[in-house]
Amino acid sequence: MKKLTTDIIVIGAGPGGMAAALKAHEMGIKNILLVDRLPEPGGILQQCIHNGFGLQKFHKDLTGPEYADMYIKQLKSSNIQVLLQTMAIEISNHNRVILSSKADGLTEVCAKAIVLAMGCRERTRQQVSIPGTRPSGIFTAGVAQRFMNIEGYLPGKEVVVVGSGDIGLIMARRMTLEGAKVHAVTELLPYPGGLTRNIVQCLNDYDIPLYLRHNVIEIYGKDRVTGVRIANVGEEGSPLQKTFEVPCDTLLFSVGLIPENELSRMVPLMMSPLTGGPYIDDTFMTSKPGVFICGNAAFVNDLADYVSLEGETAGGSAAKFAVGNYPNDARITTVAGQNVRFVTPNFISRNDCATLYIRVKYPMTDVRITSTNNVIHLVKQIVKPSEMIEIKLDAEMLKKIKILKEFKIDVGQNN
Amino acid sequence: MSDRTTERKFTCIMCPLGCTVTVKADDSGNIFEIIGSRCLKGEKYIRDEFSAPKRVLTSTVAIEGAKFDRLPVRTSDLVPKDKLFDLMKEIQKIKAKAPVNIGDVILKNIRGLGVDIIATRDLSL
Repeated sequence: MKKLTTDIIVIGAGPGGMAAALKAHEMGIKNILLVDRLPEPGGILQQCIHNGFGLQKFHKDLTGPEYADMYIKQLKSSNIQVLLQTMAIEISNHNRVILSSKADGLTEVCAKAIVLAMGCRERTRQQVSIPGTRPSGIFTAGVAQRFMNIEGYLPGKEVVVVGSGDIGLIMARRMTLEGAKVHAVTELLPYPGGLTRNIVQCLNDYDIPLYLRHNVIEIYGKDRVTGVRIANVGEEGSPLQKTFEVPCDTLLFSVGLIPENELSRMVPLMMSPLTGGPYIDDTFMTSKPGVFICGNAAFVNDLADYVSLEGETAGGSAAKFAVGNYPNDARITTVAGQNVRFVTPNFISRNDCATLYIRVKYPMTDVRITSTNNVIHLVKQIVKPSEMIEIKLDAEMLKKIKILKEFKIDVGQNN
Repeated sequence: MSDRTTERKFTCIMCPLGCTVTVKADDSGNIFEIIGSRCLKGEKYIRDEFSAPKRVLTSTVAIEGAKFDRLPVRTSDLVPKDKLFDLMKEIQKIKAKAPVNIGDVILKNIRGLGVDIIATRDLSL
């Protein structure tokens, strides 16, 4: 087996991995390896041909490929070594990474620091247990997106979308523009899963009906999907008050994303049941010293811009670790309180500044976000599960936090 | 002002609040009341949405001589929302030739709107 040594290896060249590698490079790290299994960098951005990227990071309205290009051009003018069509298949407990590629076979990489940026995977029909036959014509929204935007195939003409995640909404518009008819988008919950701007610009613009508190309860068809039965669901999510059938030839699933952590489990890293990713601190280091993680592999983000910002933090931290200049002080645990699905990072206090990301369990209006010892005290008009809350902690706030053992965040009514 | 009024509802997308806004106008399209908007930015968005809604259109075109068969493209500027399907018909006819650079004009002045169709990535073999 071929052997390589490097300062930092970054696994995954999407918006997180590219930003991490570039940040480490900017901080003076000489040997950086960026690997991706696809034939080009950019990750899923290359199939996200719609606009709406870069508003936070570059204050510009870019498409996915344009956003990726900003980083790809920087990579080309750097001396970061990019290995494409190369898959990381194993990470050992000693921070050794095994790469596999057609060109080089197996390569063992010994790195001072590792940044994981594998992104996430889509939940499928199997994971939401929809009964019925198993015909062709059933896709996850992201797979349909790849078929259309990269391969150039229209997956079908009469469409039903299950779930109201952002990719499903984007695909409802995309397929409509290419001549398909989207008959329904169903959502089990009483509120949409995707961003408000996508509900407006992808569904309302094209008069595509969104059925909240509805679910597909059966799929029909032998060789190809011929239709679905949709049911109204009650308060507890139980179906069957009223049902109706919708004929269709295509079914897209947009029912959530799962952080991709097959490699993380091999190390093994301590995993959080709340985010689906590893436990991390405010430098984005995992439970294993020298192994960092960012973006959707750590926890599912709403925007690629956030993923890149996290990539910069993880890449910067990995750079410090690689040169042995890494802060190592006490750790305070963050705790998800009232109406908080998760708060991340799980541990804070290594840095002079940190950003907390919070996802709520359910929407709420007239909100007060509070914390242990009132370090955080924020009033908001509205919070939604589809829009992550970002709270910046400055040095002064962190000074108050550093005397605590745990730091709990509550999202409650403001009264 | 005529005595007939039209009323239309919008969801504001300027911030996560997602205000439901009602616009009342006379039948020549003059707005005389906007209800439910909570800020100036939102009110401007709603006025534009009522009188002349515009969007960026993104799609893909066929490309020859490249590693993929499709090239992603966009309109170089906002276009009227009611023209989107017309523009799609034009875009579907385009056959680009590699190599293409990001920002290259693939079709100039589509349907005389003063807007170009531009490539959103580099694409070659």
